Amino acid sequence: MSLNALNMRTDTDPMATANIAAKIRAVGVDVHYHDKQALFQVDLTIPANTVTALIGPSGCGKSTFLRCLNRMNDIIDGCRISGALTLDGRDLYAPDIDVVALRARVGMVFQKPNPFPKSIYENVAFGPHIHGLADDRAALDHIVETSLRRAGLFDEVSDRLHDTATSLSGGQQQRLCIARAIAVEPEVILMDEPCSALDPIATAKVEELIDELRQRYTIVIVTHSMQQAARVSQRTAFFHLGEVVEDGETAQIFTDPRDERTQAYITGRIG
Amino acid sequence: MSHLFIIIAILALALVGFRMGRGRALALVGGQARRLSSLPVYHGGYMLLCCGLPALAMVIIWLALEPAAVRWLVLSDLPDLTKPLSSDRQDLLYDKIRALASRGTGTAGADSFLAAGASHFQSLKQTSLVALAVASLMAATAGFWFAWRRIVPAFPARGAVESCIRIILIASSALAIFTTIGIVLSLLFETIRFFDKVPMADFLFGLKWSPQTALRADQVGSSSAFGAVPIFAGTLLISLIAMIVAVPIGLMSAIFLSEYASRNARAILKPMLEILAGVPTVVYGFFAALTVAPLVREMGGRMGLDVASESALAAGVVMGIMIIPFVSSLSDDVITAVPVTLREGSYGLGAMKSETILRVVLPAALPGIVGSILLAMSRAIGETMIVVMAAGLAANLTANPFAAVTTVTVQIVTLLVGDQEFDSAKTLAAFALGLVLFAITLVLNIVALMTVRKYREKYD
Repeated sequence: MSLNALNMRTDTDPMATANIAAKIRAVGVDVHYHDKQALFQVDLTIPANTVTALIGPSGCGKSTFLRCLNRMNDIIDGCRISGALTLDGRDLYAPDIDVVALRARVGMVFQKPNPFPKSIYENVAFGPHIHGLADDRAALDHIVETSLRRAGLFDEVSDRLHDTATSLSGGQQQRLCIARAIAVEPEVILMDEPCSALDPIATAKVEELIDELRQRYTIVIVTHSMQQAARVSQRTAFFHLGEVVEDGETAQIFTDPRDERTQAYITGRIG
Repeated sequence: MSHLFIIIAILALALVGFRMGRGRALALVGGQARRLSSLPVYHGGYMLLCCGLPALAMVIIWLALEPAAVRWLVLSDLPDLTKPLSSDRQDLLYDKIRALASRGTGTAGADSFLAAGASHFQSLKQTSLVALAVASLMAATAGFWFAWRRIVPAFPARGAVESCIRIILIASSALAIFTTIGIVLSLLFETIRFFDKVPMADFLFGLKWSPQTALRADQVGSSSAFGAVPIFAGTLLISLIAMIVAVPIGLMSAIFLSEYASRNARAILKPMLEILAGVPTVVYGFFAALTVAPLVREMGGRMGLDVASESALAAGVVMGIMIIPFVSSLSDDVITAVPVTLREGSYGLGAMKSETILRVVLPAALPGIVGSILLAMSRAIGETMIVVMAAGLAANLTANPFAAVTTVTVQIVTLLVGDQEFDSAKTLAAFALGLVLFAITLVLNIVALMTVRKYREKYD
């Protein structure tokens, strides 16, 4: 069965990969934290303007993979990455890559809302400010408003833009963090369990937002909730013990998984 | 000595109570501790507290009230001729009686009423001791029986011990507060006496500090001036120089330690920096006077500046070095405590390390940093030794860091050192200075607390 599944995968994968325009492509990615290997030969293609969900049990390496995509692992001591990771065909780990510029192109939203201890306005203006995206105050105002509108937060906070961001509710804070990421006009947005600290209503709002954002951005989302993966994503990759077991159309992964480990995970037998 | 025996007896009784209470609780349930509502040790603890606390409190209160009561009894028993005496004379008389009593039997040659007073004093002391022993041991025993009768399996001894502990904690914090109030009051009374001799406006706004008290009216140099402005200005100048040295260096080393240094480097460097705080201030003092002050003078001389050999700059710089660890160590702790998620949020937006530190980490750590700076500041204002040795005693009203200045603490020391009359304006001035210094540090602390609270509302 297992051999059969592997065969099926190698048969169909090149076809699937060829059909989609790759925004990010990972080939043979290994990640070590000191002596411990966290990812083993990960191959994954992430198409543009889709939501790709990374699912899998805790400690399976999905967050590690996500953090490779904007080189957030660089700030962790003892983290080594090998293999090829490309964004629009350019090697992410090439020596001449400007990490700061890369992170402006690949934005990130974290598990716990982490607004800066500043006003709502300053939070959104932070990125544009450090990258010099606005020439004057009016342009900055415009960026802040557009970003908040795209994150679906503007109407809720328009009369208190200069209040401290920590006064917002958890769900509002998370949408603020999304607005903050959007404000630097990224091409890709990475989301690391963005709803795990939110209540169901706030989660629904953020999921709705993710679906809208797909029009403009490529989104990679790590989630523990399979329902969430099914609701928001078009493609899904299942990670297990540091390997990508299976990836493909979300509907196919959830209705007709090719690997029995995927089957076991989505039916709740492992994880 | 005998009081010590009473206290030991009370403690011994309390310990016996502890063991018996524990034993009784266990015995009542036939050794099955789980049938008790509280552990046996709480029943024992309850016995201990009931037995010891009231009795010890009684001893303390008794010892506090005894001298006044004995004095009143002795004086009221003296012949009528002593009644109209002024209170100062009565004090003197009472001191004589006490001295006579403590000499023991040798009352020969003293006035007969003094001898009578002395023997009365002694007998009162004896009676008091016996009465205290009886009363406090009775209190301990009463507490013992009270607790003993209450021990039943269902008795919630745990809660009772908890509330006793609360009382002990309240008493401890009250003690600290009352000590502060006592210090302020003693400063205040002496200060009021000082302002009887020197007008308050002269002290607070006078520009000349020359604390002399004439022995004779026609003495040379008898003119005195108690204008405190120059010495407060000196304190301010030196503290300012110290802060200019300590805040940037301390803050930058804190940033290095928390953000740039490797874990190993931090483990070595931080304790080394903290050693600076452990150097005795007198060592800093002669470092300032013998090394830094001549250096400053020489360098100033080369640049054509007129530098006094004891300069505010030398003292301020050394003081600044001394307080670097206060700023760096505390700031390092608060910077390290800023959540890593905030840093990641900033890096994730493409911020450089320095941008992240400047725009995200430092603002989030600001309340703690302000706190550490103000702690260092109050340390600088209160510092004495370095200034005595390196900045001189001359009360110059100047903003020139190369001139010799003096500070409040140094003046307090020089006013009180040596043989002094304790009611002269010169000595009392020290208390007034102390009170004003206290008021300044108090205001500083309040401002610090308000700043921290304001920013905490904003940054949390």
